[in-house]
Amino acid sequence: MATVSEDVAPADRSAAIDARVVRVDSTEWSQLAAEVARKRGRLIALWGADRSDVGEGLVVYAAFASLEPLELVPALKGFRGLVCARLPLSGGDSYPDLTPHFAAANRMQRAAFDMTGVRADRAIDERPWLRHEAWPADYFPLRNDAPEPAPPASDEPGYRFVQVAGDGVHEIPVGPIHAGIIEPGHFRFSIVGEKVLRLEERLGYVHKGIERRFQQMAPNDGYRLAGRVSGDSTVAYAWAYCMALEQAAGCTITPRAAALRALMLERERIANHLGDLGALANDASLAFGLAQFSRLREDWLRVNQHLFGHRLLMDRIVPGGVCIDVDRAGADEMLAHGEAIQREVGALHAIYDEHAGMQDRFMGTGIVTPELATRLGLCGLAARASGHPRDLRVDFPCVPYDRLGVRVAMLPTGDVAARVAVRFDELFESLRLLRLLIAQLPDGATCVDVPVLDKEQFGVGWIEGWRGEVLVALDAGPGQKIRRCHCHDPSWQNWPVLEHAVIGNIVPDFPLINKSFNLSYSGQDL
Amino acid sequence: MLRMLRQIVITGLPSEPAPYPNEKWRVANQRAEAEKIHGDILALLGRALTIRHVDAGSCNGCELEIHALNNPYYNIEGLGIRFVASPRHADLLLVTGPVARNMEVAVRRAYDATPAPKLVVAVGDCGCTGGIFGESYASCGRVGNVLPVDVAVPGCPPAPIDILRGILTAVTAAQAPPQG
Repeated sequence: MATVSEDVAPADRSAAIDARVVRVDSTEWSQLAAEVARKRGRLIALWGADRSDVGEGLVVYAAFASLEPLELVPALKGFRGLVCARLPLSGGDSYPDLTPHFAAANRMQRAAFDMTGVRADRAIDERPWLRHEAWPADYFPLRNDAPEPAPPASDEPGYRFVQVAGDGVHEIPVGPIHAGIIEPGHFRFSIVGEKVLRLEERLGYVHKGIERRFQQMAPNDGYRLAGRVSGDSTVAYAWAYCMALEQAAGCTITPRAAALRALMLERERIANHLGDLGALANDASLAFGLAQFSRLREDWLRVNQHLFGHRLLMDRIVPGGVCIDVDRAGADEMLAHGEAIQREVGALHAIYDEHAGMQDRFMGTGIVTPELATRLGLCGLAARASGHPRDLRVDFPCVPYDRLGVRVAMLPTGDVAARVAVRFDELFESLRLLRLLIAQLPDGATCVDVPVLDKEQFGVGWIEGWRGEVLVALDAGPGQKIRRCHCHDPSWQNWPVLEHAVIGNIVPDFPLINKSFNLSYSGQDL
Repeated sequence: MLRMLRQIVITGLPSEPAPYPNEKWRVANQRAEAEKIHGDILALLGRALTIRHVDAGSCNGCELEIHALNNPYYNIEGLGIRFVASPRHADLLLVTGPVARNMEVAVRRAYDATPAPKLVVAVGDCGCTGGIFGESYASCGRVGNVLPVDVAVPGCPPAPIDILRGILTAVTAAQAPPQG
């Protein structure tokens, strides 16, 4: 067995998370995956890259998280946390398939092939994922020699959906443009009567070449693009990107900057929960809920605009810290407004709980059992509503979460009602965290200079956004260039689970179930 | 039920006055602005303005602000503006994002399915210029590269009031007598 070389050990270098990057061979690649799966760890992300400029050819990366210490791979002995394994394909283009260990690997492997041409060996499903008909099958946009503009696409047969056969079974195709104000994607329902037998998703419609765009940017500018991978999680992405960059550059942010980042992350969480709690009531035909919560969300965003200069807090987190600050008056305003929101949401919570018609729609709808959640790698808010109290803010806290004592919301039932209840709990918890963050706001500078990268560096950022864990992996070399930046949205894990959650439910409940997850299209389409 | 009624009463009417469209082409303002806008829409379309939103490749930031436009503060239904589920029911397409190549066909089809007057408002910096994503193997860039655009609303994302301003600008511009 080849030895494992340790590229960087950044665990103690900054306010970052416990992360380790190791180079593995193909045997260790599979061993590591099997060990992480056995210890109930998770596959966080998988992506390909072209490192032929440093003599490695095509490589494939996998990010795993394990709460249990790992044993098998020598360089990781006793390590618990985030592992980024890098497997150079030594001139070839295939690597061992990870789907036997992690079901969630399927779409990531297909996307990795579409982008870089790295192929999971003997994978069952080799249909394209992000590539539709807009560019040819032998064009790999993230290869160093990929021409721009891309050659014109050739005619090819359409996407092969899985067919369901039987008496009375028919299909309902929906999308890519949907009936509401939402992002595009295609859903293929196979139904009998009103009952859903099978749902198959076809995503990738809003693929706009984000990862290629990163390669045209300097490392210090990439945070703006990262903040637009999924607009509803702009704070989480910008933080994860900056964390990766700061780790690569060996830069530590000030405690005040870390606290202000957390403050904005919690404000983003609250804003999204306010929006979703209203939309969920509306999907159950209680327009009152939408009117009330959308009003509260608007109030919340106006405070963002007033205090931070942007309603959604875009571009407020910058490399080295933050570009905003909070003074006494601003802190007082946030505290007073937080109190008002707490009171109003409390009143609405009581109304929701007592509304028999709405609870009837919520309860028992779109169930994801804890076992299914484990098998499919469900993460984030949805996982917590299916009995898995996983939350980076507790499991692998970065500064300042290590001293906040986040209380994780959790319910075992896994239905729409549980995902609504977890949202209420997390909203109240985030309001508490905001009070704590403001009360303990450290003094000091809000931003430090990030040193220019002078050699090959790899950094990783990992943040619990409102939807789940966001990961950004940054591979940057000298000459102010990003070689590869991969952004991973928790929606990758959760979209396939939605396909299972709707089985046996009726078609009219799909919007409700879908909204209870509220997954990002842009975040997974990239 | 009582709690709900109580909440409704406590909340009152939070709706704010509609924005002024754009000083440059505003005619003498003798009526209340909302009434005037309503009149503009009536004059143009006979009844109301129906909008079909199309996300052509956005990051979903613009979608959040279009959603916000439907909250009680902006009271767009009170102005006679409504979002509809099909381009066939729409007077105006509200298009966000750079146009992803994977969405190009769908965007063109939505436009073809829209009856006249087929107004198109491109929303956000990406819709206006391609924004940070630009043009590439995967992106056609600005909406204007794929569809004829009447009004382009800048901002990343534009605030709801600016999106409303853009919609009203498109309506008013369409109403202006043809030049020459």
